[in-house]
Amino acid sequence: MASAHAGALGQPSFFREKILLGMSLPEYLRSLITPFNLVAAAILAVGVPSLIYRFAAGLGASTNLSQAYPWGLWIGFDMMTGVVLAAGGFTIGASVQLLGLKQFHAIERPAILTAFIGYIMAVVGLLADLGRPWNIVMALVNAGAASALFEIAWCVMCYTTVLLLEFTVPFFEWLGWRRLHAVLKKALLGLTVLSVMFSTMHQSALGSLFLLAPTKLHPLWYTPFIFIFFFISAILAGISMVIVESALSHKVFARRMEGQPHVDVAAITVGLGKAGAIVAFAYFFLKLQGVIDGHAWGYLLTGYGALFLVETVGLVLVPSLLFAWGARHGKVGHIRVAATLTLVGIVLNRLNVSIFAFNWQHPVRYVPSWMELAVSLTLVTVGVLAFRWICNRMPILFEDPAFSHDE
Amino acid sequence: MRLGRRGFLRMAGVTAGTGLLAATRAQAKVPQATEEDTLPGVLVDTTRCVGCRACEAACAETNQLPAPPEGDEVMKTRRDMSQTAFTVVNRADAPGGGDRFGKKQCLHCLAPACASACPVRALDKQPTGPVTYDASKCMGCRYCMVACPFDVPKYEYEALAPRVRKCTFCAERQAEGLPPACVDACPSGALTFGKRHVLLEEAKRRIYSEPERFVHRVYGEREAGGTSFMYISDVPFEALALPAGVPEKPYPSLVAGALGAPPLVMTLWPPLLMGLYAFSKRRDEVAAGEQGHDQEDHHG
Repeated sequence: MASAHAGALGQPSFFREKILLGMSLPEYLRSLITPFNLVAAAILAVGVPSLIYRFAAGLGASTNLSQAYPWGLWIGFDMMTGVVLAAGGFTIGASVQLLGLKQFHAIERPAILTAFIGYIMAVVGLLADLGRPWNIVMALVNAGAASALFEIAWCVMCYTTVLLLEFTVPFFEWLGWRRLHAVLKKALLGLTVLSVMFSTMHQSALGSLFLLAPTKLHPLWYTPFIFIFFFISAILAGISMVIVESALSHKVFARRMEGQPHVDVAAITVGLGKAGAIVAFAYFFLKLQGVIDGHAWGYLLTGYGALFLVETVGLVLVPSLLFAWGARHGKVGHIRVAATLTLVGIVLNRLNVSIFAFNWQHPVRYVPSWMELAVSLTLVTVGVLAFRWICNRMPILFEDPAFSHDE
Repeated sequence: MRLGRRGFLRMAGVTAGTGLLAATRAQAKVPQATEEDTLPGVLVDTTRCVGCRACEAACAETNQLPAPPEGDEVMKTRRDMSQTAFTVVNRADAPGGGDRFGKKQCLHCLAPACASACPVRALDKQPTGPVTYDASKCMGCRYCMVACPFDVPKYEYEALAPRVRKCTFCAERQAEGLPPACVDACPSGALTFGKRHVLLEEAKRRIYSEPERFVHRVYGEREAGGTSFMYISDVPFEALALPAGVPEKPYPSLVAGALGAPPLVMTLWPPLLMGLYAFSKRRDEVAAGEQGHDQEDHHG
């Protein structure tokens, strides 16, 4: 129908074909009225003004941050959690490009796109949280080389650039720019090496941040090896995120996949499930090691102990067994449940470290303001909308057949 | 795949070994407290403090802060420093009845956690002793507040260009050869300004000469690797709002091991990853070759 419409109007315009998906503007706008979009619009209607208010009125007026809790939801969730959930980019990139695990090729592009959008959202969240965001450039000129945060600033900046370059491959396919596309496609291998390098450094450095808080972070979470924990759990998050995301996107974008080469999502999921079982099991034993090293057994019987057990047993050990069961018996459903639980567990871990178990002896607790919640929710929503907008237009879930012979 | 796994283990062993080396080297670089003992310091003898809060007033005046509240009412609750008060005096019960007072301010660590946390060196340890802050460099990440074990840096959340606020050790006065304003204002001799190692000896002399009276410890001698402000007391330091359980390690050494990793990652990852790539490519080629042979055999 779309092509018939374009034909009736003469020359198909770039804008109509590429942006409006072949519809006329009124048709396109009408197609946007869906329950999902209405919910998204409602969130944005609260979140965007909140974000503007933060810059107009300051941190004190918009957040519940205090002298005792300098870091709240925007660091704990937008930054810590946003970055770890975007770890699928480097994990899958490395599997496909470096380990030659070709079966994951079909999910490489969505994973990279998720990572790219995730990092941009995390940076927006960070800019809202910084008291003097205009001074962010200082990180480039004044080397606080003894700071883990300096390492993070550089790595996140470099890695976001790498993700941008990786994203240009499908982007140039979309625009039909063959020459540049060929150049960047050749660069993918090098970019993947860089992505693993930068991710190793900043994913672990996010954990290193808390090495400076031995008296503030609860002993069940404080360990001198927290940076290794953060790195391993980032790999686990990457695997789990890709499982959940491939399940969702192949359902949501089923119509867009019609006529494209068949992708066996089930087989990919089983393969990822195996990896998930191994990494989750290793991560669980690391967490156990943390308790042994910190002589923190006594804390397991407290309220924080219960929170820790939910995180490590309920949301790491149990999913690892579920992953193993699902992978062994080819149960895709089990693996997807395991991946979802794991993601909840890792989000909980990041929130525990940065918010719940931080300054645990302080009499007053931090509770985010509604504006902080609205901004965080808005960033997630914008991320999902951007992912969907791009998937609906660009060759993300498959390669453009016209370019597949260029290799 | 078996070969690959063994190769990987060997690589992992090498990585771990070099990591340990880097960690020990990084630790050796941490400045020893003894080298910095000639820096200026302040000894706070809480048994001599009369709770007049002249130090609070002098501090506010020197730093152009609002004058501290008048009257003794404020002594009834425990106060913390704030963005508009760089030093506060808290009250505790003395052993034989009566009052003890503890002044709180930035302790100006020898190896400050805040300065090592700062990614832009807005907070910096001056070679002359004070830990100072430069708002023009600060991006407002507030990692210093997370890092400081004494909860010293305070933030101007209400401002549109917020600053980190804390005691400056009167760096400008010191540069002119003057003692910090609080020491200058103290009428009871509770505060002594001088070289750190001299003050440390004096502190111990006072403890040894009245061993049944004092707590046998100089707070700040070893806390967080040593601080410029040091305390002696005849009541537990915690009663005077000084945090207990601060590790004796210099804080920068807590991250030294983790910060030793990036050079390793940068040098080891690319060759390791390219090795894995070469391996997987070779495996594919061999597999393709074998397939070809099979087909030839069938044809033959």
